[in-house]
Amino acid sequence: MTETTQQQYETVIGLEVHLQLSTKTKIFCGCAIVFGKAPNTQTCPVCLGLPGTLPVLNKQVLDYSIKVAIALNFSVNSFIKFDRKNYYYPDLPKGYQISQFDHPIASDGHIMIPIGENNFKRINITRAHMEEDAGKLIHDNASNASLVDYNRTGTPLLEIVSEPELRSAQEAYDYLQTLKLTLQYCNVSDCDMEKGSLRCDANVSIRPVGETELGTKTELKNLNSFKAVKASIEYEVKRQKSVLEAGEKIIQETRLWDENKLISQSMRSKEEAHDYKYFPEPDLVPFTIEASVIDEIAKTIVEGPQEKRERLVKDYAISDYDARILIQDPELSRFFEECTKTYKDTKKICNWINGQVLTELNSRKTKIANISLKPENLTQLMDQLDSGVINNLAAKDVLGLMIDSGQSADTIIKEKGLAQVSDDGTLDKIVDELIQEHQTIVTQIKEGKESAIGFLVGQAMRKTQGKANPKKIGDIIKRRLLHA
Amino acid sequence: MFTEKDVKYIASLSRIHLNEEQTAQFSKDLEKILSYVKKLEQLDVSDVKPTSHVLPLKNVYRNDEIKPSLTQEQALKFSVEQHNGSFKVPKVIE
Ligand SMILES: [Zn+2]
Repeated sequence: MTETTQQQYETVIGLEVHLQLSTKTKIFCGCAIVFGKAPNTQTCPVCLGLPGTLPVLNKQVLDYSIKVAIALNFSVNSFIKFDRKNYYYPDLPKGYQISQFDHPIASDGHIMIPIGENNFKRINITRAHMEEDAGKLIHDNASNASLVDYNRTGTPLLEIVSEPELRSAQEAYDYLQTLKLTLQYCNVSDCDMEKGSLRCDANVSIRPVGETELGTKTELKNLNSFKAVKASIEYEVKRQKSVLEAGEKIIQETRLWDENKLISQSMRSKEEAHDYKYFPEPDLVPFTIEASVIDEIAKTIVEGPQEKRERLVKDYAISDYDARILIQDPELSRFFEECTKTYKDTKKICNWINGQVLTELNSRKTKIANISLKPENLTQLMDQLDSGVINNLAAKDVLGLMIDSGQSADTIIKEKGLAQVSDDGTLDKIVDELIQEHQTIVTQIKEGKESAIGFLVGQAMRKTQGKANPKKIGDIIKRRLLHA
Repeated sequence: MFTEKDVKYIASLSRIHLNEEQTAQFSKDLEKILSYVKKLEQLDVSDVKPTSHVLPLKNVYRNDEIKPSLTQEQALKFSVEQHNGSFKVPKVIE
């Protein structure tokens, strides 16, 4: 037998997350932050870096950063300052980015990421620092030029750097999910990866199992979704293994993920060693942060996602599974809690929200916050369902129509004629017809095959375009065929 | 020793093109400056805290209030070339 001792490798991943803080104005000037404006209409001498201008820190950026720092279990540093990170690229009008180097806003944070059903793993977060965003570059092949829009320049970012403690693509994914959820509960950003308000770069290396030194890492960029983060890391780990197995060395480089081809490619232009020549930003004074300020901001953090999960289970007697779904979107759990104020069957309304409402939202690729459905619309629908005005089938239709039109359940039921037929005379007539049409089934039912009743109920629903009251139909069939 | 190689590296980071003559001149000049700085290194500064700012100022903020921005025309006035409201620069390849 030949020897098959294949080298086992351990994966080492650290994530750098850039969070765009949703302030009204930029970090160092009063330019408004609005998306979709014509290029270069949201700039001023400060964010264009014109000579003689002075940046001044937006207080809200600092407060939001402190809030995030508290939520991620960081120590907020009592002395902070800004530094210049120097590099030349056309998206940076000043030739440097104002960032924080040796005295960042926060150090030594951590979050607990779920491992399986009931276990958690602690992931340490090295630091968080404030910085300004760069402009947007569009490469124009036609004119062989690049076009620069500086509207985004100076948008406040908080960079959150994890320790290299993630051991698989799945762990990186779970870390990012947990981080995003915690950040969403801070209400300081819309945390949308597709819009770029939450961006993630991954540092990936592998090393032989048992080795304590880190291997050479590569940096993965252009990860625009959770799926991309996971897929790109899986791809990179495979790639690095095959490089090592071929007896070659990993090159430290930045690699760009291609979401369509599902591969990453080396960014050769950035291979040149970085030397950012950090030095203190002379135009911004340093800051000291008092404990009392931190305490005040801590008070504005009402509840984290895990605390909310526990409370939902306790207060509303719903399952932990359901609570986990609800907390994934703070707006959805708020919607649920609003509904329970007027609708008392908390389990039933929860089932509807996590089932039917989420199905409708997913099929429209949207979220509860972006549609016009109000809690009272859903509770009204539930009331109509409970009182038998409509059946389950119609209720599902009404929900979809409510989401699309913004109309109330009552209006839709009336206009679409969806109220179910419960009147005995009409239902009796339908059952008469069914008995005539399905003699074989009737015989089976009479012989004791009660499950065949369901077939007849289904036929009644068909005859009435889903409007018959299925419970009543079932009762009539039983009365007529079994107790006759 | 400040070599011509160091000068070329710094020039490349700064996107500056230097000819041979300038490279030689700058390495001489920078060598002089660095040897002067070396003198300062002889001072005992173990009791001196690093200073990033000389003014005794701290905690200067502004509130999150919108101020008018420049118009597109004003912003682009400083551009060498422009196209469709954007600054037009030599193509940078990613
Ligand atoms: Zn500005």
